[in-house]
Amino acid sequence: MMNMSKSLLTSILRRIDEKEKSLYLLLLIAVAILPLASQSDYVLRIATLCGIYIVLALGLNLVTGYAGQMCLGWAAFYGIGAYTSALLVMRLHASFWLALPAAGLMAAFFGLLLGIPTMRLKNTYLAITTLGFGEIVRLILLNWTDLTRGSMGLPGIPSPSFFGIDLDGKLFYYYFIVVLVIVTLVTMARLVDSRLGRALQAIREDELAAKSMGIDTTRYKIVAFAIGAFFAGIAGSFFAHYSAYIDPHNFAFGESIAVLSMVILGGMRSLPGVVFGAVVLTLLPEVLREAAEYRMIVFGGILMLTMLLRPQGIFGGVQRKKVSLTPEAVGQGKQPLYQNRLPEKAG
Amino acid sequence: MFLEQILNGLAQGSIYALIGIGFALIFGVLGLVHFAHGEVYMIGAFIGFLMITAFHLPVWAALLLAIAGAAFVGFLVELLNFRPLRKAPEYASMICTLGLSVVLQNAAMLIWGSDTKSLPLSSENVAFSFFGAKLSMEQILIFTVSLGLMVGLQYILYCSKLGKAIRAIAQNREAAALMGVNINQVIAATFAIGSGLGGAAGVLVGLYYNAFYPTMGFMAGLKAFTATVLGGLTSVPGAVLGGIILGVVENITAAYISSGFRDLVAFVILILVLFIRPSGIFGRGIQEKV
Repeated sequence: MMNMSKSLLTSILRRIDEKEKSLYLLLLIAVAILPLASQSDYVLRIATLCGIYIVLALGLNLVTGYAGQMCLGWAAFYGIGAYTSALLVMRLHASFWLALPAAGLMAAFFGLLLGIPTMRLKNTYLAITTLGFGEIVRLILLNWTDLTRGSMGLPGIPSPSFFGIDLDGKLFYYYFIVVLVIVTLVTMARLVDSRLGRALQAIREDELAAKSMGIDTTRYKIVAFAIGAFFAGIAGSFFAHYSAYIDPHNFAFGESIAVLSMVILGGMRSLPGVVFGAVVLTLLPEVLREAAEYRMIVFGGILMLTMLLRPQGIFGGVQRKKVSLTPEAVGQGKQPLYQNRLPEKAG
Repeated sequence: MFLEQILNGLAQGSIYALIGIGFALIFGVLGLVHFAHGEVYMIGAFIGFLMITAFHLPVWAALLLAIAGAAFVGFLVELLNFRPLRKAPEYASMICTLGLSVVLQNAAMLIWGSDTKSLPLSSENVAFSFFGAKLSMEQILIFTVSLGLMVGLQYILYCSKLGKAIRAIAQNREAAALMGVNINQVIAATFAIGSGLGGAAGVLVGLYYNAFYPTMGFMAGLKAFTATVLGGLTSVPGAVLGGIILGVVENITAAYISSGFRDLVAFVILILVLFIRPSGIFGRGIQEKV
């Protein structure tokens, strides 16, 4: 066990070059001592929120960034996770440590369900389907009053306890979300370069080509939805216990748009980019305190401007031109068919 | 009672049809979804509202001005959001109009406040009896105006040069360009026409429920889109039929099952149609280009 984790650690560290290593170390130290440097609850609350959005955005990034499947209903998985966890703990008196993975699994299950239409639907059609899914989930949360109390929400969601010690301190939540963020980041970094990650990128670049290379595109897309949704569900569970109160309004369309903006601003399929996007867009409404009512306008404007000015996002690499398979284009050798590394023996 | 629900459904459905035609026209020429179309409808409604309350114009004049205003907004949307992204990947314009929709909705909320506005109504609530069912003046207005606009649209599409150009672009944009059709002009005109119809729908719905609010475009836009998908996404008659089916089904569900399910119905229909028959009732099959 010790050996395994050690080799895992070294294999991760080997991937990061020296310069980046010290940068990450500095960041980690900064994150670790933040509560010592600032005693204010407010700072800690915002930092915790940042963490929640980082986990959400990283999950969506796997689906939209890497697999190239647009999802406009991400908040649905967040909500499913939050309600699953809250209801398990409140109604069935389950432990938080059981409810947290259960929330992830429940969201992953719905991710599987939503992944199934990706077999047949692409682009616009898929985007609309996911939007519809998000609305359906919200409307069910709103109307299934016996279970969810509808718009009255679920108040008094208990905090987790550990061997009888109640963990409701703000510090606990802060360090717990830091751990969740690190786990998510490491998982994503590992996934992206794995067989799965490469297959997903091949699908995004050219689904037909990927299919003819023998990649089971449907399966990989569904798996991407399930894994991404799992993390959204975990974030939802954390949020439910952290804020102690949830209602369907927390998981509306605006929230899906917010998470999508984070992924798009930072640059799809760049992990530091997504983290950057999540942090900036969580901080922005707080910094512009008096302009809080402009929050959504800022998000909308960011979506528009990013698309018009820099569609690949701030950290995104150079946008690959659309591949044309006409003989002229290929013959002239103007357009390299594949710039990204493709799996040598995928599927 | 049942007939009355059908009539209510038809009125609501005509509104979805008017908005849906805009989606169908735009998807026809560009193959793209205009996510801010619901907001254009909302802007149309507010223009009509302002004309009636602030300038004391009669309803027909307010309606015409709302159509003109919404058409102009549609033209601007095309110019600023679609034209620069003509060669960009599909998701770019989608996200761009999604952003625009969020911006317009929240800007309207800042300008007009998020509360519901209503007209100071003359209390004479005229209603006719139609085989025992109540038929209100507003419903008659909706039926006549939307029928008139649809006939007018058919005239433009099938009896004018512009209509021919629109249909040509919908069939094959490159070929149309080679035949000398000014693509950008025609696409802008298509946006103006579709948005004008949306603006008219906004005023009509505002009069019907006597409610104008900044978020009214979101649900209406999604439902009209559902109607368009049901009809086949590129087909104008499909959008009309889809809108009417959706309106009637929705009203019957709300009346006989539960009003909480009113909105749910549309999305369930949407997902079922997309999953079972994405090409809709009248749509051409979706073929993957290789």
